[in-house]
Amino acid sequence: MSAALSLAAGGAAASRAPHPNAANAASASQRTTRPIVTGTSVLGIRYRDGVMLAADTLCSYGSMAKYKDARRLQKINPKTLIGGGGEYSDFQAITELLRRNALEDRCTADSLYEEDGAEECAREVWNYLRAVMYNRRNKMNPLWNHLIVAGFSQNADGSTGAPFLGSVDKIGTTYEDDVISTGFGAYLATPLLREKWRADLEEGEARALLEDALRVLFYRDCRALNRIQIAKVTKEDGV
Amino acid sequence: MSEFTKGPGASGLDAAASAPSGFSFENVHRNAMIEEMAKASGSASAAAGSSSNPGYLPSATKTGTTIVGLVYKDGVVLGADTRATGGSEVADKNCEKIHYLAPNIYCCGAGTAADTEKTTENISSQMELLRMNMGDAQSRVVTACTLLKRMLFRYQGYVSAALVLGGCDVNGPHIYQIYPHGSTAKLPYTTMGSGSLAAMSVFETGWTEDMSEEEGVELVKRAILAGVFNDLGSGSNVDVCVIRTDGTMTMDRGAVTPNDVKPLRDAIRRSDLLTMKAGTTAVLKSEFTPAKRGGVTLADVTVTAMET
Repeated sequence: MSAALSLAAGGAAASRAPHPNAANAASASQRTTRPIVTGTSVLGIRYRDGVMLAADTLCSYGSMAKYKDARRLQKINPKTLIGGGGEYSDFQAITELLRRNALEDRCTADSLYEEDGAEECAREVWNYLRAVMYNRRNKMNPLWNHLIVAGFSQNADGSTGAPFLGSVDKIGTTYEDDVISTGFGAYLATPLLREKWRADLEEGEARALLEDALRVLFYRDCRALNRIQIAKVTKEDGV
Repeated sequence: MSEFTKGPGASGLDAAASAPSGFSFENVHRNAMIEEMAKASGSASAAAGSSSNPGYLPSATKTGTTIVGLVYKDGVVLGADTRATGGSEVADKNCEKIHYLAPNIYCCGAGTAADTEKTTENISSQMELLRMNMGDAQSRVVTACTLLKRMLFRYQGYVSAALVLGGCDVNGPHIYQIYPHGSTAKLPYTTMGSGSLAAMSVFETGWTEDMSEEEGVELVKRAILAGVFNDLGSGSNVDVCVIRTDGTMTMDRGAVTPNDVKPLRDAIRRSDLLTMKAGTTAVLKSEFTPAKRGGVTLADVTVTAMET
């Protein structure tokens, strides 16, 4: 019975006799056992005017630096950003899913005119992703990503609330904080960001902090690149 | 059993046994047996036991640890935290991880506490004997490095000691990092232990060539504090050791103590009801009765001589 629970035995699962309940018998029941094309750390920081994310633009193919201009920070709707490390195809699937939801929201909105509260705020996206990731984990077929969601919360009356920065990992663990890093960044960048973080950081300071952290990552992470992407969300300008 | 008696050339072996050379794999078989027994008893007991501590095996006391060393203009600065862990329990809140090797050479140790302690003691005594035999006033850091790496390689990584070796000799200030399997690197700054990444991120953003002593000590303290607060295997205080090219050394044990519990303990308000002075309750009458031990006293004992 332990074979069913072993992620490493993905091949074994496929070669077992078909499960009586096989709803997906046609798709040969394959599970994600290891990531193939991977992105490394994503860093996020809350500052005075909003939230800023940073990541390098590398997707590695094992130890090969295969895609050197991959965008690992994506805009979901005018007020929400996500960034993802881990399996890039899963990240693209998640981005597509969230954008599809945003489109549906826009098309089925009560009013044709843009109004606050029509689109999902970052906190709602974060909660939705938790459900998605946890659901996949329970089927022992996770989306192999560690995601960061950046944007704002929404107040009860629909107006934009406080800046929001949250993370969701591949097994559905959620975490919200002023400073979040995924992957190697958790070991190298988080100590630096925590030491220097203040609630009233300006945009320039926040950016400099993120760039310093990414520089250290380039020194010490074998799968990092010295080309980076930075994105921010503010109340006035959105993403 | 008779087939295993020693052959005619055995007497030569006795002399060799006292000074073994080459690899010694005596304990490999024993370790494998212990693992088997642990698995057997571990699966028999609750399945919830973690794989790293299956009940039977006691976990080695490791030092978790953040240790660092850097070279500055006039010497080296070594730093270490002070937490020793046994599994996920803190075994020692204030252990000493900066070990003496020579008056001008000190060594920080991460990994199994006993291994780092005894390995450095061993090499320290070897260096002292070498100083006596060679008539040298001062040991060289590279000597310590070579002795350590030769010993660690001989044990093929089973001696789990990851070391940051630092000191000053005739050739200037040096920092070496030594891994349990015996590889070494000579570097201007280095970190080791579970908190090494947290500390290294501080070093990478802060280290420059030719720093002053104040800058060096400050950077080391910040690096260890990054490990103390961001790594669960490191904690408590920061120890700093400065060794200068002019021959002086300063050991600052407890240079930073951000986790001092004394203020917390002092803040506990113990109720006066629990600590009453003698005489709080008035004594009305007192009576003393000597205790009887089963009814026998010395007066009851008769001494008779033994019959031989």
